[in-house]
Amino acid sequence: MLKIHDLQAGIEGRKILRGIDLEIKPGEVHAIMGPNGSGKSTLASVLAGKKDYEVISGTVSFLGKDLLELSPEARAGEGLFLAFQYPVEIPGLSTTIFMKTAVNEVRKYRGQEPLDAVAFLKMMREKMALMNIEQSLLSRSLNEGFSGGEKKRNEIFQMAMLEPRLAILDETDSGLDIDAIRIVSNGVNKIRNKNNSVLVVTHYQRLLDYIVPDFVHVLYNGRIVKSGTKELAFELEERGYDFIKNDQPLEQGA
Amino acid sequence: MNSETFEPVRQELGKEVDAGLSTIEKTVLSDYKYGFITDIEADEAPKGLNEGTVRFISSKKNEPEWMLEWRLKAFRQWQKMNGHEPKWANLKFPPIDYQDIKYYSAPKQKIKANSLDEVDPELRKTFEKLGISLNEQKRLTGVAVDAVIDSISIGTSFKEQLSELGIIFCSISEAIREHPELIKKYLSTVVPPTDNYFAALNAAVFSDGSFCYIPKGVRCPMELSTYFRINAENTGQFERTLIIAEEGSYVSYLEGCTAPMRDENQLHAAVVELIAMEDAEIKYSTVQNWYPGDKNGLGGIYNFVTKRGICAGNRSKISWTQVETGSAITWKYPSVILKGDYSTGEFYSVAVTNNYQQADTGTKMLHIGKHTKSRIVSKGISAGHSNNSYRGLVHVNRQAENARNYSQCDSLLLGDKCGAHTFPYIEVKNASAVVEHEATTSKIGEDQIFYCNQRGINTETAVALIINGFAREVMNQLPMEFAVEAQKLLAISLEGSVG
Ligand SMILES: Nc1ncnc2c1ncn2[C@@H]1O[C@H](COP(=O)(O)OP(=O)(O)O)[C@@H](O)[C@H]1O
Ligand SMILES: [Mg+2]
Repeated sequence: MLKIHDLQAGIEGRKILRGIDLEIKPGEVHAIMGPNGSGKSTLASVLAGKKDYEVISGTVSFLGKDLLELSPEARAGEGLFLAFQYPVEIPGLSTTIFMKTAVNEVRKYRGQEPLDAVAFLKMMREKMALMNIEQSLLSRSLNEGFSGGEKKRNEIFQMAMLEPRLAILDETDSGLDIDAIRIVSNGVNKIRNKNNSVLVVTHYQRLLDYIVPDFVHVLYNGRIVKSGTKELAFELEERGYDFIKNDQPLEQGA
Repeated sequence: MNSETFEPVRQELGKEVDAGLSTIEKTVLSDYKYGFITDIEADEAPKGLNEGTVRFISSKKNEPEWMLEWRLKAFRQWQKMNGHEPKWANLKFPPIDYQDIKYYSAPKQKIKANSLDEVDPELRKTFEKLGISLNEQKRLTGVAVDAVIDSISIGTSFKEQLSELGIIFCSISEAIREHPELIKKYLSTVVPPTDNYFAALNAAVFSDGSFCYIPKGVRCPMELSTYFRINAENTGQFERTLIIAEEGSYVSYLEGCTAPMRDENQLHAAVVELIAMEDAEIKYSTVQNWYPGDKNGLGGIYNFVTKRGICAGNRSKISWTQVETGSAITWKYPSVILKGDYSTGEFYSVAVTNNYQQADTGTKMLHIGKHTKSRIVSKGISAGHSNNSYRGLVHVNRQAENARNYSQCDSLLLGDKCGAHTFPYIEVKNASAVVEHEATTSKIGEDQIFYCNQRGINTETAVALIINGFAREVMNQLPMEFAVEAQKLLAISLEGSVG
């Protein structure tokens, strides 16, 4: 599904990712953990194609295609989805219209006929039920005045609508109380199957109680310094990130 | 035709969904398209403006003597003002040679193309995006059309339905001939020829326009639109419209053309007058998409419009909604005189300027009656090298106890070569008035575009979504029949300005 090899990337002349290697197979759930500032969001942004970020070296293949060659919208068309750590507000644009446009643009990319109003609304109602989300939220301006939990639930609702092959969840749990985490995780679990994969980016182990990963990686200072199974997450929880930091040689300067 | 094709879609959406959706949501969801109806006329007056021109127009229209006299008086008024175009607007244009203009012509068929292949490919692309039929494209570009575009029976059945209710809806020329008592009573009572230079010009030479009369207590059952006035004479470049809503009546009127008119007429000077009696309501919606000139600012329509309504009776209401995307120059201030106590005036506007377009538009709310209310929502979107100004006056008379006004003027800038300006004038002569004004200026953020991109939406479409979101409050005021086209127009007129 996704193969990252020696990915180095930065922003404004500053190197942040210092050689990432990662492979995700269909049906797998991977978690990336790491302290603040280690480069988790940078990795997510680079994969999604945010143009502020500069790829210095390395390759990323997604479903056999050179991901780095594709525009951000083509990446979405290929089935890459990013649930943003900080979802953006668009005044006056409702989630309903946003999603009608997105779903049909992605369908166009895939050579499928657009959904008409009736088919779209039917699909929307199914996913609303699945994600425990109300129509009123979807009619409001996208993310404007949403609570933290509403923003994150809305991201996961969008994910459900777009049915991606690979979903990257960037700190979807941050700022959520335990009930909200449960709702969001349930949503993710409901749409998991053997053909799609999830990359969960998180700071804390507790989300991984609900979205159980097959592999856990620790990102530190732009590198994956440790990989393991879900037990690694418990270890991190117990010992904190310091034991990783202490294991690392001192940085040779940026 | 229009509302009929739309109805099934609305029903399909189902009531429970319908309830939760805004107009814009419904229109986006319904993929609605509609066509136009018109007539073609070929007469022309020679260039130049003198008494002879005025007589020519009046006789072309078979007008009675008193109407000719009225026009001639306006013409003399205009002569007195000659050379005194209003100069206060934030607009730059070379002097207009009023003797180099044809004052009577069929504006919609001036370009003589033999087939669509001869028509500007840019324009054709726009037609395709708007989903305009081939026949309609031909009509709009002046290609001779042999097929009858629309059946006359539709127009006739509308007319029958309306006349059963006592509603008069016809061209103003017809009204002058058939309903002289109403014309004499109301014409120019809101916008007298002396009002301004362009109003005087219009009064002298107006070629046609619409007339609506809604009798007491009647709620007009459909949106009145010039499109329905099939076989009525062409509305010329100097349009004149008069709408009268008697006590307790209601009417919603749609003006404009959502397709880009290819038109060589440089100068358009229209006058619209609205009169709302006690408890009456008039809703007037415009989508203006005249030719804006090319990318370098060559050509394009000069659009100088005087629109004004009077809330003559207590508790009456007048609401202007406009989406202005066309014209090289727009000079337009749809206004409301709030004379009746408890009357309400509203102005909702989206003005888009791109390339070298200039718009100076806004409103005047004149509070005279007690407990009068007005609301102004103006959304300006500027791109390219364009200049977009909001100019609004809120005036509260000494006697206007407890007047309320709320104004909101938002500007959205695309790029850094365009300008957005706000000129709010507030004159309050009564201390009980509450006048609020809010203004914001924003830009489309890279983060917003990336967010859309990540959902599979390309940058052009993302910009369209963002600007339509920005303009939503105004777009939601538009009748369904207009909203879809208006949204597409916003996107089309800003194409290529971001990304
Ligand atoms: N737009 C930016 N400009 C400059 N530095 C940035 C930018 N975004 C992130 N960084 C820096 O890159 C590093 C990694 O950030 P980030 O990927 O957000 O980390 P994480 O998501 O793991 O907390 C941090 O040092 C952060 O300050
Ligand atoms: Mg982060």
